[in-house]
Amino acid sequence: MRKKKSPVSIIVLMIFFILLLVPIYWMINTSFKTNTEIQRSMTWVPQKFTTKNYTSIFISKLWQRSFLQTLEYVVLNVAIVLIAAVPAAYTFSRWKFKGHQHLFFWLLTNRMAPGAAFLVPMFTLFSVIGLFDTILAVALAHCLFNLPLAIWILEGFMRGIPRAIDETAFIDGYGFMKFFGKIFLPLIKQGIAVTAFFCFMFSWVELLLSRTLTAVGTKPITVSLTRSLGAGGWDWGLIAAAGVLTMIPGAVVVYFVRNYMVKGFAMGRV
Amino acid sequence: MAVIELKNIVHTYRKGKKETEALRGVNLTFTEGCPAALLGPSGCGKTTLLNILSGLLKPTSGQVLFDGKDVTDLSTEERNIGMLFQFPVVYDSMNVFNNLAFPLRNRKVGPAEVKERVREVARLLDLAEVLGSFPRQLTPSQKQLLALGRGIVREDTAVILLDEPMTQIDVHQRWELRRELSKVQGSLNITMIYVTHDQYEALTFAEKVVIMKDGLVVQEGSPEELYGNPKTPFVGYFIGTPGMNILDCRLAKTGLDFKGFKKEITPELRAKIETYGPDFKLGIRPEFVHCGLVQQKGWFPLKVKVVEDRGEFKIVTLTSDAEELKSQVPSDLAAEEGGTVWVNFLEDKMKIYKDDRMIN
Amino acid sequence: MKNKVLVLLLPSLLLMSISAFVPLMTVLNYSLHVLFSGSIPKYIGLENYVNALKDPAFLSSMGKQFLFCLEILLIEIPMGLALALLLPKRGIMIGPILVLLGIPLLIPWNVVGIIWRVFAREDIGALPVIFSKLGFFYNVSKVPAHAWWTIVIMDVWHWTPLVTLLCYAGLQAIPQEFYQAARVDSASKIATFRYITLPKLKYVLIIAVLLRCMDAFKIYDEPFILTAGGPGTSTELLSIFTSRQVIGGFNMGYSSAVSLIYFIVVLLLCYILYTVMTKIGEH
Repeated sequence: MRKKKSPVSIIVLMIFFILLLVPIYWMINTSFKTNTEIQRSMTWVPQKFTTKNYTSIFISKLWQRSFLQTLEYVVLNVAIVLIAAVPAAYTFSRWKFKGHQHLFFWLLTNRMAPGAAFLVPMFTLFSVIGLFDTILAVALAHCLFNLPLAIWILEGFMRGIPRAIDETAFIDGYGFMKFFGKIFLPLIKQGIAVTAFFCFMFSWVELLLSRTLTAVGTKPITVSLTRSLGAGGWDWGLIAAAGVLTMIPGAVVVYFVRNYMVKGFAMGRV
Repeated sequence: MAVIELKNIVHTYRKGKKETEALRGVNLTFTEGCPAALLGPSGCGKTTLLNILSGLLKPTSGQVLFDGKDVTDLSTEERNIGMLFQFPVVYDSMNVFNNLAFPLRNRKVGPAEVKERVREVARLLDLAEVLGSFPRQLTPSQKQLLALGRGIVREDTAVILLDEPMTQIDVHQRWELRRELSKVQGSLNITMIYVTHDQYEALTFAEKVVIMKDGLVVQEGSPEELYGNPKTPFVGYFIGTPGMNILDCRLAKTGLDFKGFKKEITPELRAKIETYGPDFKLGIRPEFVHCGLVQQKGWFPLKVKVVEDRGEFKIVTLTSDAEELKSQVPSDLAAEEGGTVWVNFLEDKMKIYKDDRMIN
Repeated sequence: MKNKVLVLLLPSLLLMSISAFVPLMTVLNYSLHVLFSGSIPKYIGLENYVNALKDPAFLSSMGKQFLFCLEILLIEIPMGLALALLLPKRGIMIGPILVLLGIPLLIPWNVVGIIWRVFAREDIGALPVIFSKLGFFYNVSKVPAHAWWTIVIMDVWHWTPLVTLLCYAGLQAIPQEFYQAARVDSASKIATFRYITLPKLKYVLIIAVLLRCMDAFKIYDEPFILTAGGPGTSTELLSIFTSRQVIGGFNMGYSSAVSLIYFIVVLLLCYILYTVMTKIGEH
C-alpha cells in the first residue's frame, strides 16, 4: 500500500531546495548585470539586463582556451584513471595477495592527502620531467586523489559479481581480455558510470594543484576565475558569468548519468 | 487462532495503462489450527494472495474474514498476524531475547510478562540457549525460527503466513526446519499458511493443499487426495516427481487409440466415458505404467528412450515416436536404451479427462 | 597468477608513484632540512617538527580546523539523513530531484567561494540586506563570528547533498520486507527508524562521515575566496595556513614539516573515526 507523502515533508523539501537554489540564483542574477549596477544597488532581478559579461567571455580567447583545456585535462584524467583503476580493482576484488590490505589502505590515504602538502614536490617533479604547465601534468597530478577513489568504488561493485561468472567464462574458453571486454565490463557499467561521475567532479573542481602546475600555456578554468582583476577591483559581473558557465558541464554530466546513478547508488557501495 | 476466509477475491495490478489480472475469483476457507499450503508455478497468484491475507495489499474486490470479522480494510498491524519471508527478517541490532520481546514491548506489555512469554517461546523453538546471542551468530534456520518466534510470542496471533521461507536455507537443513515448523504448528494448534512452488515442501507440511494456476484455485484437498485424485491434468502433472503422464487419446472400436499405440479397455470404463465424445486426455502415474520384457495379453510395445537410475527404482522414458511417457520400474529390470519393452497401464489407476475435467 | 596481478596493478602503481609516492618522499626529505630556494639544504633532523608543534599560529589553525570539522559533521550528517528520509522512493520526481541535488556538488569549489562571496559581501551581496531586513547586523569581512559561521553554512550548503545522496542510496538498498515485519510487530515510527533504518544505514553513514571528514579537513578554495583567512586570522584553517607557508614562506623545510604533520593528523583522524564507527554498530 503506497503511503501518501505528508504535506509537512513536502514543505520541508521545498524549503530546502529553495535555500539550495537562492545563492545560485543570486549569482545568475549578478551575471546579467552591469558592474555599476552590481556596486550600486540590490536588486533581485537586473534593472538593466545585459549579456555583456557573457559575450566578453565568449569572444575572449582566454576564456575559450580555459574551458577547452580544463575539459581536456578532466576527460584525460577520467580516461587514465579508469584504464588504470579497472584492472587494479579487479585484482583487489578477486585475489587476496600478500599485502593487499596494506596496499589498499595506502591507496586510500592518498585520497586524504591535503593538496597543500604536495605543492612543492609536485611542482619540482613536473618541472624536472619537463611537463610543467601542460594538460598532461594536471591530468596526472589529479590521479593522486581520483585513482584511489576509483579503485575503492569499482572494487565494491566488482565484489558483487560472483566469481562463478569468471570461472564459467574461462571454462568456456574465453581468453582473459575477451572475458573482460565482453562479459565483465558490461556487468559493472553502472559502477563505471558512478566512478566516472565522481572522478569528473573532483577533477573539474580542483583548484590548488591545477593552479600550481600551470602558468601560461595551460589555464584551468578555476584559475582564470580567480584572476579576473579589472582596474576597479574584481570584475564581479564577469566572474559571476564565468561561474555560471563552469556549472554547465557539471549539470550536463549529471543529467546524462542520472539513470545510472540511481541504479548504481543502490547497487554498490558509493 | 482464527478461521480465515477469502470470499471472491479478485485482484488486478495496474501499472500505467497495463493491467495484469493476478487473482480471478478465489474462494477459500482455512480452519483453525490447520497447516495449509498454497502451491503453484510462479505467476499463479499465490504471493498476491498471501499479501492480501497479510494486509499489505487491498484486493480490487472481495472480502477477507478472520473469525467472521471483515478485515479487508484493516491494516497489517491491526490483523494480528505473523509473517516469515524468503530471507530471515530479524533485527540485527538486538539480541535474540529482545527480538522476541519486541512485538510485546511495542504493545506495552509489562516486563515480567514479557520475560515469561519470551522464555516460553524460546524453549519451544530450541532457542533458549542463544537468548543472549545476536542474529549474526545464528544459522539461517535459527533466524527463521526467530522470525517465527516473533509471530507466536503474542498470544492473540490469528495466523502465521510463510512466503517461501526455505529459499535461503541450505538444502540439508530444510528438513529440520520443516520439522520444527510442523512441531510448533501442532503444539500451538496455530493456523499456518505456507506459500511455495516446491510440491515436496507443500505435501510434507500441509494437511490442506491449495493448488493455484493463473489466478484461480484449481484444486484443494489433502496431499493424498491431490495425489490420488487429481481433478485436472494440470494437477496430475504438477504433483509427483515425475508427474503424471498426460496422453492424448481417442475412443475407437478396439479400445483407446494413443499416438503410436493402442490399449484395450473394459466395457465398464467404455460405458463411463463414451458419452463425452471421442477425444480424451488420459492421466496415468509412472508407477502405474508397467513394463516387462515378455509380451503379455493386452500389453503393447514401446521403445526405450532414456533410463534413469534413481537407486531404489528406475525411471524409464518410453516412446512410440509420436508420443512419450515415463514409467517407474524396479531397479532390477534389464531395460536398455534403444530396446523394446512391453507396456501396460493399470486400468483402475487411469484418470480420464475431458476438457480439463475428470470424468471417471 | 602472481604475474597477472602485477601486470594489472602496474598502471595504477606507476600513476600513484608519480602523483603520490615520489612527491611524498620529497616532502619528507625537505622536512628534515633547512631549505631556502637557491641555497644549499642543511640537515636538521626533526627540528622543523618541534618548531611547528610549538608554533602558536600553527596550533591555533589546527584547533580551528578540528572545530570546523566537528561543526559541519554535526550539522550535515543529521540534515542529510533527514532529507534522504523525506525524499520520495519512487516516481517521476526522482530524476529532477537528483539533478538538483547534484548541482552544488558539481560547482567548482572556488566558484562556490565566489557564489558566497557575491552573496555575502556587504557591498554587493543579498545576504546583508536580508539580515538587515530581519533586524540583524551582518558583516562577513569585519566580524570574525560572522565570517566563521558563513563558512560553515557555505560548507553545509555545498556538501549536504552528498550526504543526502549517499543516505538515499542506502535507504533504497533496504529490502521492503523489513518494514513489513516492523508493521506486523506493531513498531512505532521511531522504533522502526532505530532498529531497522539506522542499523542498515551504518555502512553508508560511515562512508559519509569519512568522506566529509577527509574533505573538510583539507578544505581550501571556498574559505580562501570568501575570507582569505580573515578577518585577521579568525578563519585561517589549516590548508590556508599551510599554503601560506609554502607559497609565501621562504623556508621550504619548515613548510614541508607543517604539511606532513597536517597529513598525519588527517590519517589519524580518519583511522580513529573508522574504528569508532565500526565498533558502534556492533553495540
